Amino acid sequence: MKRQFMNGYDAVKDIADGSTIMVGGFGLVGIPEQMILGLVESGVKGLTVISNNCGVDEWGLGLLLKNHQINKMIGSYVGENKEFERQVLSGELDVELTPQGTLAERIRAGGAGIPAFYTPAGVGTQVAEGKETRIFDGKEYVLEKGLKADYSLIRALKADEMGNLLYNKTARNFNPMIAAAGKVTLAEVEEIVPTGTIEPDSIHTPGIYVQGILEAIQEKRIERRTVREG
Amino acid sequence: MKGIKSNVRERIARRAEEEIKSGYYVNLGIGMPTLVANYISENKVVVLQSENGLLGIGAYPAEDEVDPDLINAGKETVTAIKGASYFNSAESFAMIRGEHIDLAILGGMEVSAQGDLANWMIPGKMIKGMGGAMDLVHGARKITVIMDHVNKNGAPKIVNKCSLPLTGKNVVNRIITDRAVLDVTKKGLVVREIAKGFTLEEVENSTEPDIIVPSSICYDAY
Repeated sequence: MKRQFMNGYDAVKDIADGSTIMVGGFGLVGIPEQMILGLVESGVKGLTVISNNCGVDEWGLGLLLKNHQINKMIGSYVGENKEFERQVLSGELDVELTPQGTLAERIRAGGAGIPAFYTPAGVGTQVAEGKETRIFDGKEYVLEKGLKADYSLIRALKADEMGNLLYNKTARNFNPMIAAAGKVTLAEVEEIVPTGTIEPDSIHTPGIYVQGILEAIQEKRIERRTVREG
Repeated sequence: MKGIKSNVRERIARRAEEEIKSGYYVNLGIGMPTLVANYISENKVVVLQSENGLLGIGAYPAEDEVDPDLINAGKETVTAIKGASYFNSAESFAMIRGEHIDLAILGGMEVSAQGDLANWMIPGKMIKGMGGAMDLVHGARKITVIMDHVNKNGAPKIVNKCSLPLTGKNVVNRIITDRAVLDVTKKGLVVREIAKGFTLEEVENSTEPDIIVPSSICYDAY
């Protein structure tokens, strides 16, 4: 039985100033919305945030940015957020841009007990500057380090009471790796179901990685609603 | 003007479609490359990969099919084809880095004669991030860049040396523009096709590096 929270604030209120947090999601899909709103409410400051994107101006991690709660951001694509660009250019926000696949693998490695690994992504670019490189079978690779976090905040479709998780479609994205890379992992889900009702073969994230769960309703805002005609 | 621009984009996208063979797994970059999907022949079986964790991108949804949990890498709502699969981002890039994707079609700001690609950053101007582009250029078996031949000021985008920060070094195999199709080879840039409305001389004059012109070049190709 994993701890269950009342609301987003209740889930994240113990996160202290200066913490490193990882947040799941790709764009606004699969983000733990209610826990992010909880962070806005708690007013925690000086966060290092590891997440593929940084939300949009009025939603997701963009809310923390607007509130000046983030000191440093590690991500791969932050182009949807004007305030982000403003804070970086003015020197208020420190940013480490990482190729998306490298970011996913750094998080996976962090959660899997692997301190570093070699990847071809970024070789010959500014991403590789100052990093060790090595040639294997005639091809150059750059050494990238694993990432861990004090807290991991993720979103899934379902959790059972043991914290086993099932994701929905492309809302899975970074969430499974982030689940494993946090000292404390908190999962926001659409539904908590009785233990035993998710088929063991269908579980995407085993409950061992999850310390607490929050059942909540998500708005699921859409960044680019594209439909076909007719 | 807008009409002319969209015609040019369509022409490039239609030519890029010819790069896709039946049976391919393909990743299309954000922007103009995404348009290529609109022109894939019904006679081809093609599976499109989206790096946010979907193999088998379908058409855009009908209004009542929109699912906020189902998007492509450009964050557009999409559908999934029959036989599609979902997976996490680490697996998605294992698929890319592990050379399982047959072809990636990407946009470009600059491409050098050696196949260096710059397509992610203009210093001091925009901070967006490279997304998956740096992983893709080293992973997909073939990298095709589609872009305008010259920039807004009429200056060549195919250059001796990229002035913008690189996405990858020696990674581009083929360049398709509104004026020509060129291959990056060990000997240099080889022109394969000239688009309708352009001459070889015009292509040479609007390309900074010297171009190798083989005898089998195709004129009025697309």
